Amino acid sequence: MDLLFQQLFNGVMIGSTYAIVALGLTLVYGILQIPNFAHGHMYMLGAYVCFFLMTVFGLGYWPALAAAAIMLAVAGVVLERLAYSPLRKQPHISSFISALGALIVLENGVIALWGPQGQRIPNPYPGIIEVFGITMSQQRLLVIAAAVVMIVLLQLFIKKTTLGSTIEAVAQNQEGAKLVGINVKLVSSLTFAISTGLAAIAACLVAPIFMISPSMGAMLGMKAFVIVILGGLGSIPGAIVGGLILGLIEALGGGYLSAAYKDVFAFGALVLILTVKPTGLFGKEDQG
Amino acid sequence: MMKWLKEKWFYVIILMVAIVVPFFVPNRYFFQIIIMSCLFAIGALSLNLILGYTGQASLAHGAFFGIGAYGVAILTQTLGWSFWIALPLASVIAAVIGLIVGIPALRTRGAYFAIATMCMGEIIVLVAGNWIELTGGYNGIVGIAPPSAIPIPFIGELSFQTQTAQYYLVLVFLLFTLFVMDRLVHSLKGLTFMAVRNNELLAEAVGINTFRTKLLSFVVSNFLVAMAGGIYASLIGSISPSVASLVKTFDFLLYVLLGGIATLAGPILGAFALPILQENLQFLQDYQMIFFGVMLVVVIIYVPKGLMGAIMSLRKKFNSKKVGA
Repeated sequence: MDLLFQQLFNGVMIGSTYAIVALGLTLVYGILQIPNFAHGHMYMLGAYVCFFLMTVFGLGYWPALAAAAIMLAVAGVVLERLAYSPLRKQPHISSFISALGALIVLENGVIALWGPQGQRIPNPYPGIIEVFGITMSQQRLLVIAAAVVMIVLLQLFIKKTTLGSTIEAVAQNQEGAKLVGINVKLVSSLTFAISTGLAAIAACLVAPIFMISPSMGAMLGMKAFVIVILGGLGSIPGAIVGGLILGLIEALGGGYLSAAYKDVFAFGALVLILTVKPTGLFGKEDQG
Repeated sequence: MMKWLKEKWFYVIILMVAIVVPFFVPNRYFFQIIIMSCLFAIGALSLNLILGYTGQASLAHGAFFGIGAYGVAILTQTLGWSFWIALPLASVIAAVIGLIVGIPALRTRGAYFAIATMCMGEIIVLVAGNWIELTGGYNGIVGIAPPSAIPIPFIGELSFQTQTAQYYLVLVFLLFTLFVMDRLVHSLKGLTFMAVRNNELLAEAVGINTFRTKLLSFVVSNFLVAMAGGIYASLIGSISPSVASLVKTFDFLLYVLLGGIATLAGPILGAFALPILQENLQFLQDYQMIFFGVMLVVVIIYVPKGLMGAIMSLRKKFNSKKVGA
């Protein structure tokens, strides 16, 4: 029984980071209809910026996290302007190539700067709390709490502020948004900034628990896509639920069945769900 | 005959060049790149069938390349069968797997199909990495024999030990694939593929069974790419799960999209141009891939229809000038 709760706890922890990363991806898709395949690599870059700020400039954990989030938000805007914006009128497959180019640059840029080997960010909260036989490291609890805070903040931003509701307006109807005077270009940049900033925060939160390496972005990016498709493209609740489902499947499958095949369970679950419901759990019909 | 030559002279010249290539390659290393390009061209052509002509972005393409490679490796290495039985069998196995996974996957559309197939591909890579008894795990399979010699009565045998022989072997398979594609695309069946790509609802309305059409395209495409994978395993001699990875799929995608999607020459052009370009960027060392990535973005922004698109628009300009004068 203890093992079950332990696995559930780990599943929720990893699932909540997945949810944050997937949220960014689904937001960008909702606005620009671009599958941003470089998203996982922006996450990886976020972890490295945090690592760099902490080791070279000796920044504390929280300032480094905040700085990494801001820098990655800027990097997201740059990525959108350079690689995606010029392709707005082209078929989607073109932005796919552009994303491939961008992720090749990001991964190899990080390798050129820091080398291909893994790095470790010093754990700021190494303490351990034990509740009913479940061991919870403070950092892991922090990840869950921070994820909840960020999801709530994002919801408030989108639903309650004017700036936030422009994002939803553009997602619903681009022409209509233009007609009522919304600057679609600005909203695209803003969405990208939020999306990559969120990814950077998630990366900084998890980095003290796992190693960081230049290749970690590829797997995470892939999983983020699985989650977004699982929940339905463009759906925010879908991304949150999908992230948690994927985290739990991995933790339970890895803990009880086979650790080596834990990713197989995650990918297999998606295939099964799509077999039953081809548009994802919360998705609308997609004609693209 | 003369009329035929007049129309097709360009293709005849290309075929001639392809046949005499072995006499002009500067070194073994470059020759190897050419051979691999021919193989990758088969993969790119088959991806073009499902992606370019049928409009379904399959991201499991590299995985089926891997199924072919593992199929031939296991059948020839572990079971000791002849390459010439193993290759068709491995391709048929890939086609059957394609049929089984295609039935659920093709119920989805657009990005959903892309991600569903990506997941299936990733499952195949993970199984290849963890089913150690069958696949050798992440170390893979080494010492795969080159294609066995074909005995020819009275003359001796056709062996595939030399690079030149391997080149002609691959060239024959490439021409075979090109022939199949040409026949398929210009047939009534090919038209139904394009009808599905252009407007699935409309295709359905005029009586095309869109699901079966997509499934056929998917299965044929997987059969052909598995064939390329099987030859690859046999020529290279060792494989690991990376032959099935998403990176392989991305390579094929780049060949198709930069060469020119939905053209017959484009994927082949891409499969030759990109590896040769990458070789010429070797001098950049650590920055080689960074440069390559930037170049991809720039090319897709300025030449969105790929090399073939650029060539065609140049030709159009040239022709209209001639008419004007």
